[in-house]
Amino acid sequence: MEQKDFKPWLYLLPALLFLGFFMVYPLVDVLVYSLEEGYNSASQTFFGVGLYNYSYVLHDPYFLQAVKNTFLLVIITVPVSTGIALLISLGLNAIKPLRNLYQTVFFLPYVTNTLAVGLVFMILFKKTAYSDGLVNLLIRWFGGEGVDFIDGPYWAKIFVLCFYTVWVVMPFKILILTSALTSVKQDYYNAARVDATPRWRIFTRITLPMISPMLFYLVVTGFIGAFKAYSDAVALFGTDLNAAGMNTIVGYVYDMLYGDSGGYPSYAAAAALILFAIVLTITCINLLVSRRHVYYD
Amino acid sequence: MQITLQNLTKVFPKRGKKETGDVIAVNDFTFVIPDGKLIGLLGPSGCGKSTTLNLISGLEKPTRGKIYFGEDDVTGLPPESRGVGLVFQNYALYPHLTVLQNILFPLQNLKGAERPTKEQMIQRAEEAAKLVQIEQLMERRPSELSGGQQQRVAIARALVKLPRVLLLDEPLSNLDARLRLQTREEIRRIQRETGITTIFVTHDQEEAMSISDMIVVMKEGVVHQIGAPQDVYDEPKNLFVAQFLGTPPIHVFDGSVRAGSLYLGGTPVLDVPGVADQEVYAAVRPEGFVLNADGPLCCQLSRVEIMGRDTSVVCSHECCTSGTIRAIIPAENRVDQTLPTVRFSLKPNKVFLFDRSTQERIAVSNA
Amino acid sequence: MDYDRIEKRTRQSAAVRKGIIYFLLTIWALIVLFPFYWMVLTSIKSYGAYNSEYIPQFFTLSPTAQNYRDAFTTVSLGRYFANTLFFTLATTACMLLVTVLSAYAFARLDFKGKNLLFTGFLALMMIPNEQVIITNFATITNWGLRNTFLGLILPSVTSVFYIYLLKENFEQVPDELYKAAKVDGTSDLKFLWKVMIPICRPTIITIAILKIIECWNSYVWPRLITDDEAYFLVSNGIQEIRENGFGRENIPAMMAAVVVISVPLIILFLIFHKKIMEGVSRGGTKG
Repeated sequence: MEQKDFKPWLYLLPALLFLGFFMVYPLVDVLVYSLEEGYNSASQTFFGVGLYNYSYVLHDPYFLQAVKNTFLLVIITVPVSTGIALLISLGLNAIKPLRNLYQTVFFLPYVTNTLAVGLVFMILFKKTAYSDGLVNLLIRWFGGEGVDFIDGPYWAKIFVLCFYTVWVVMPFKILILTSALTSVKQDYYNAARVDATPRWRIFTRITLPMISPMLFYLVVTGFIGAFKAYSDAVALFGTDLNAAGMNTIVGYVYDMLYGDSGGYPSYAAAAALILFAIVLTITCINLLVSRRHVYYD
Repeated sequence: MQITLQNLTKVFPKRGKKETGDVIAVNDFTFVIPDGKLIGLLGPSGCGKSTTLNLISGLEKPTRGKIYFGEDDVTGLPPESRGVGLVFQNYALYPHLTVLQNILFPLQNLKGAERPTKEQMIQRAEEAAKLVQIEQLMERRPSELSGGQQQRVAIARALVKLPRVLLLDEPLSNLDARLRLQTREEIRRIQRETGITTIFVTHDQEEAMSISDMIVVMKEGVVHQIGAPQDVYDEPKNLFVAQFLGTPPIHVFDGSVRAGSLYLGGTPVLDVPGVADQEVYAAVRPEGFVLNADGPLCCQLSRVEIMGRDTSVVCSHECCTSGTIRAIIPAENRVDQTLPTVRFSLKPNKVFLFDRSTQERIAVSNA
Repeated sequence: MDYDRIEKRTRQSAAVRKGIIYFLLTIWALIVLFPFYWMVLTSIKSYGAYNSEYIPQFFTLSPTAQNYRDAFTTVSLGRYFANTLFFTLATTACMLLVTVLSAYAFARLDFKGKNLLFTGFLALMMIPNEQVIITNFATITNWGLRNTFLGLILPSVTSVFYIYLLKENFEQVPDELYKAAKVDGTSDLKFLWKVMIPICRPTIITIAILKIIECWNSYVWPRLITDDEAYFLVSNGIQEIRENGFGRENIPAMMAAVVVISVPLIILFLIFHKKIMEGVSRGGTKG
């Protein structure tokens, strides 16, 4: 009997060790860090305990810039990507030939290295002394004014960041929505057709309520994911995001921790916890809103 | 509304590379469904009866043939323009809408002059609900209803737009035995009250026989017999129809006809005048056996089951292809269970002869 | 009657609708595929040709492999590649070991506090990476594991989500098999190895592939923990190449490196796309 009791723990030991060291302990530790004022990473000493780190971060213009960038990114990309993904999934659901091919192609960005493909986007959008870049060429074609999306005005940089983010998150959303749509029983559509239901009404009264849980799931994960944006920005604008004015909250955390402006784990911890609070708040709001609009079986 | 099916054929192209040949779900179906009748499409699963229903509703397009509603050719018409009411096997009630919203749904699709006002819609929904007796459940959701109640809601939803035809796909298959009996009476009543031409699909012969004005017996896409239930039961055109109808099922014997007599295993058991000498299948309805100590048919007695109203005698005979025989006799006839055998004579009108190769009915003169 | 008209109109509008759908889907397919086309195209243009194109050309008549040679010789792309391969395989192997063992414990073994512990595991799924990375950075630095593979691998091993996924799958294996094995005197470990793993192989392959993708693309942790080029992974490598590599403007060579980095995953995807998509739709998320 005794043997029985300790054997399961033996199986769990590796997982417990890994999780203990690299997830549970850090979780507590980050709080400690964020409250230790004047922490010196070389001597590992600090002056006192308090909320100074939070106040510092909240007054840091780089952080405020990062917050602004992140919020813009979230507000633009979550609705846009979810909306387009819904359209594409509806389209996919309505066709038979080539459907699998399209699905496979649409999923491709999921398996690509964000940093690597980001470079391609960078050269597509960049304007250099040698070339205006392909995107600017197209803009010119349609009679627009060329602009450097990588080193140019703020709105252009935000645009290209959003564009790339949407490109990257799309596969997951299309996949989830397509499978949600196919799981709606054909009988409901047949019943609606026999009753002469207009297409739009089928969509709003049957399809949307039926897939609402998945749609909601995508919005929640979309918000969380977009708040954590970082490597997309690095791919487009390089590692010194503060200089480019394109840093994100997560980027700020990492920069504080390490890198050219690094060595301040306390500030990093405070910023990370602020981010956590923001994400938690938004997720709670999402949950509250969903109570009224999401139908669960 | 009279419905005419003319040479209706539906071929499904083969799916995938492994299957060979196309599947003919419905083959050359011609039938005029008279106005205001209740028609049962009957057959084993995969016989094409559901496909036929889908062809009438417009959810499937026929490969060949025509469909007329009255005088109108609706063959190429999409389902939304046909004005049919369809009740699905699993009801397909919208789970996120209440009963009232479900019933209102078809009305809210109407456009232009046809569109009733809000009050009229609710009034019509309430009338439909009343017809199927669910008026006290209007605010519930489908998941809060029993199977029978869901069925009623589905029928109300199909009826509320006053369809030209009402189609029911296996309407009773998801209900338990007691509800099934009750609901089939209900369907009959609703059909009578509304007078809407109604077609329903079932694999349960008892269900079809009990409430239909006419039944259509199908197998593998081919219509085997059409007629009033009693007529089809009494005069099956072929072995399949004979076997498919009736509980307990008909008993089939390997027999032969010689000199106007039916022989089962060397013994003449029945006169069959006008039939040429040949090997036949002889099918005997369970109620076609008459207990008779001097009868020509001698069977090995296994046991006797008392049902109260009548008695079923379980016995066996070497020529019977279906194993045990279950003869139903009136309860007042007592079987001597001490004997190893039991003897019967046969009622001529409960015995059918079928050709060994074509399985078609062989006519017996002045039977 | 106007039945003919209704019929015709229905057919026409259906055809138009199909046309529009295919058109829009194709546009998105082009948006997805174009960057891939562009990177391959640019990677085979010669340095001189690329820089003399003020207006970018959509194809090239004189493809060259020089950029690929440059990518492997001028910068240490080969090393980044080998590093990533080693990191990916080692991490995935460790992950599988840890995951299989703990999923088995949760699915098949009985012990006190099992449910509580599993709930705790699930709760960990919600912990964002940024929260723990700060301390992990300190931990690994204190252990003197910066710029080592151990430092790269250790914090990347565990994924609670995969434990959850595999546990669910393990639980679907009928109890009778376990009881039969117990009666036959099979040890737990042998049962796990001989019965559970073969039966659940599809799920194990799926989580392995998902982990491989995750490792191959990981950027943040490697960036924090390595500043010695000898330990760079491809993501950091490409960033390094971009900022200090060929000189900023040798874009064709840069694209050659990008192609080299992207190809393994794309091949993996083409082989396993069904498995990957199925695995992701069961609850994976990007990053």
